[in-house]
Amino acid sequence: MSEMSKVTYRIRRYDPNRDTAPHYETYTIDYTPGLTVLEGLWLIKETLAPDLVWRASCRMGVCGSCGMLINGMARLACNTQISDLGTDQLVLAPLPNFNIIRDLVPDLMPMLSTHQDLHPYVVRDDVAEQEEPTGEYYQSIHDLEQYLQFSYCIKCGCCMAACPTVATDPTYAGPMPLGQVQRYNTDTRDGGFEVRKEAIAGERGPWRCHYAGECSRVCPKGVDPAKAIQLLKRQMVLDVFGLRAKKCPSKLVGKPKDAKRRNGIPEAPKPTV
Amino acid sequence: MSDTKHHPNRLGLWGWLGGGRWGMERYLYALHRVTGLGLLAYFLLHIVVTSSRAFGADRWKTAMDAVTGPLFKFGEYLVFVAFAFHAANGIRLALLELGFAVGEPIEPVYPYRTSVHVQRPLAIGALALAAVLVAIGTASMWLVD
Repeated sequence: MSEMSKVTYRIRRYDPNRDTAPHYETYTIDYTPGLTVLEGLWLIKETLAPDLVWRASCRMGVCGSCGMLINGMARLACNTQISDLGTDQLVLAPLPNFNIIRDLVPDLMPMLSTHQDLHPYVVRDDVAEQEEPTGEYYQSIHDLEQYLQFSYCIKCGCCMAACPTVATDPTYAGPMPLGQVQRYNTDTRDGGFEVRKEAIAGERGPWRCHYAGECSRVCPKGVDPAKAIQLLKRQMVLDVFGLRAKKCPSKLVGKPKDAKRRNGIPEAPKPTV
Repeated sequence: MSDTKHHPNRLGLWGWLGGGRWGMERYLYALHRVTGLGLLAYFLLHIVVTSSRAFGADRWKTAMDAVTGPLFKFGEYLVFVAFAFHAANGIRLALLELGFAVGEPIEPVYPYRTSVHVQRPLAIGALALAAVLVAIGTASMWLVD
């Protein structure tokens, strides 16, 4: 690969105002060591195809905008080095299992709507405490480790594109929303297991997952949605038999009474939200 | 956004086996479904054939004659192979779906080690068990009178 001087992008393109169906177009650009797939796309847009469209923002694998199918695998374009692909022939397509808005831009709204339906936030009865906090909810380091991995999800949609169940079943919620159900169910500050159980009942729920493992394989953040879904199933089975550990929601830890502010440390600003 | 003319891009059945560079577990997933459908088809055929006995001895004999011969014996062998895989992989799936052999949540540190890696020995074990069952079945059906 060190001798590679050119790289060819074969990109699946679709313009709803011009095309009736997607088609492939090929572009060849100069390769420089360290070039990412996303940087190559920018180069193509600047020099060869100004109407080429994709979604990107942070360029560092954080925002989850640039998920696309790169040489048959759902990845983030920004943190995929061309040299890591082992070829100078790239085939790019929009993430499958999502409708195509244009070129490499998938419509992620169905996934995000489903995610929203499944209560992806801490659910508690003490709404007043959440609005005007008087302290912090207790959580140990061990408690944190039970959900921290799943909280790294950036909603890029790569897992949904790789899931074979999502490929054939539009009613299935998919790995991203279900992984986030487990993330919040496991949070000891949360008391929303029952409402989420209702929300994932039936066809959309975790029992449609039969562990193809692709979601975990393609996840650019190591979130491991397949693990989250299997652990969610375990909790649901234990719940049926009344064996689920109910340590949620955790208690409120008030401000320390005897603590004194050190000299020179200013008061925290008032909450703005 | 929803008013825009979007082009459908769901993979459908192609998503089970094709459409990308997938891992071993995806092929086990697809094979489990295909063998499950095959076993279901066999059970339906089995009910149709055996129910012919209710319509008299002649219908029973006709039905039995129809399902004898080398082609049907080979078909039964395929049913057994499908059963062996479906049973062994089913044990693996039952364990996984109850949260066993996927590991505990961990801090994701690159290169990521996911539950796919953790359960891989179980997958290989399930395939080995299926192979043993197929070997026994092969000997029983084709080699031993």
